[in-house]
Amino acid sequence: MEFLFDRAEKPAPLWAKGATVCALLAVYSALCIWVFSISMMKWEKVWEYRVVFLNGWMTTVGISAAALVLSTLFGLAAALARRSPFLPLKYTAVFYVETVRGLPLMFLVLFGFYGVANILGWNDRMAVGVLVLSLFSGAYIAEVIRAGIESVGRSQWDSARAIGLTLAQTYRFVILPQVLKQTLPPLAGQFSSLIKDSSLLYIVGISELTFSAQQVNSATYSTFEAYLPLGVCYLLLTLPLSLWTKSLEARVRYET
Amino acid sequence: MRIGLVNVTKAFGANRVLDGVSFEAEFGHTLALVGPSGGGKSTLLRLLAGLDRPDSGGIFVDGSELPKSEESLRLYRRKIGIVFQAYNLFPHLSARDNVMLPLLQVHGLSKTAAADRAEEVLLRFQLSAHADKQPGLLSGGQRQRVAIARALAINPKFLLLDEPTSALDPEMTAEVLDVIAELRESGRPIILVTHEMGFARKSADLVAFVADGGICECRPAEEFFGNPASPATRKFLEKILKY
Repeated sequence: MEFLFDRAEKPAPLWAKGATVCALLAVYSALCIWVFSISMMKWEKVWEYRVVFLNGWMTTVGISAAALVLSTLFGLAAALARRSPFLPLKYTAVFYVETVRGLPLMFLVLFGFYGVANILGWNDRMAVGVLVLSLFSGAYIAEVIRAGIESVGRSQWDSARAIGLTLAQTYRFVILPQVLKQTLPPLAGQFSSLIKDSSLLYIVGISELTFSAQQVNSATYSTFEAYLPLGVCYLLLTLPLSLWTKSLEARVRYET
Repeated sequence: MRIGLVNVTKAFGANRVLDGVSFEAEFGHTLALVGPSGGGKSTLLRLLAGLDRPDSGGIFVDGSELPKSEESLRLYRRKIGIVFQAYNLFPHLSARDNVMLPLLQVHGLSKTAAADRAEEVLLRFQLSAHADKQPGLLSGGQRQRVAIARALAINPKFLLLDEPTSALDPEMTAEVLDVIAELRESGRPIILVTHEMGFARKSADLVAFVADGGICECRPAEEFFGNPASPATRKFLEKILKY
């Protein structure tokens, strides 16, 4: 059975890896089918609600995509502001990043909707949802970008100044391209988190994916059949992102 | 070319690297700054390059004093070429793009004009075959030659080289020194910080010895090496020429 062990000094053969994956798939699928068969599956009823799932999925994709762009902007702005020599700007960024990272998303969602948006009379739930999610994710992205900027050596700043670039040009042509290459893998991980975190918006009644699954559940009284597709739908978004991240990690390396 | 320092002081924390230095030098082609590590030669070069500002005192280049504000210093730096010890190049850009970046973004050349100019300088330093490579794929010597090509592409008034060969092995050092010696022929003034005494002796007009917060002596190369005046210089030369 030695071929089932993958060790640094003696890697497992490729066929063993492939065979293991196939065998495990077969075992786990059999297990699933067995579980399905002993319980009374009501897939037909859930199937009737497929449009609800599809709409929820589309809403989740839409919210995630919008929050992805907005949180990148927030993160970049906060990272740059935190490096600013102008104290009010710098401390605002520090306050934002540290506060948001110290709070649960659940609190931000509840407080953002009922504490702030309600009082301001802002009733566009989707917009508030995207904003709250972006503020949350932006704080983490800010730290990723800041670490990226700090990892670019002092000599690069010197070289940029030596050829006469302005500060803005230095960021645009020298620093940020290098930061982008270095932070793409952690950023893609953060985007994956963002998609998953969007599920919390169900508590304020945004009809995204998780909310839709709950609706289907209460309409059909079929818990397993309602929640299994929920998980699959999230994986459909996050797994490709994760695979893409892996390929990026391999591709963005350049010699320094 | 003429440079002058009037009562220049520059400290990093409690360490006064340059302490009230006054100094004047006029030379045709090359001024070499030599001296022990930490003696202030790189600091002096960075001041002349307008990368750092003195804590007090004035720096004069060809009769005019360097400005104090970062914005004016940036305009001053645009007209000169600066090459550091290593990591001059931007690792995400090819050799060609490294040369073209200042031409396009700082000097306002059109894309074709910048590409032509890059082609020209890379050809001059036998780098055409490497134009599309990123710095990580170039040898140390090739990297420094690209850095020199980038500095020269903008037609600088003069060149400042800060230990351009210190990070290189002997063979690459020779390759880069050949290029610098060749620059001499083109008549553009060069100020360089170097540990290569043989090179300083052969191709510098003037050699200045920078140590202990000041410039101990500055004389024509032959005199400097043949008959050093200050005891500090003599001791330094004895030590480094021993082996």
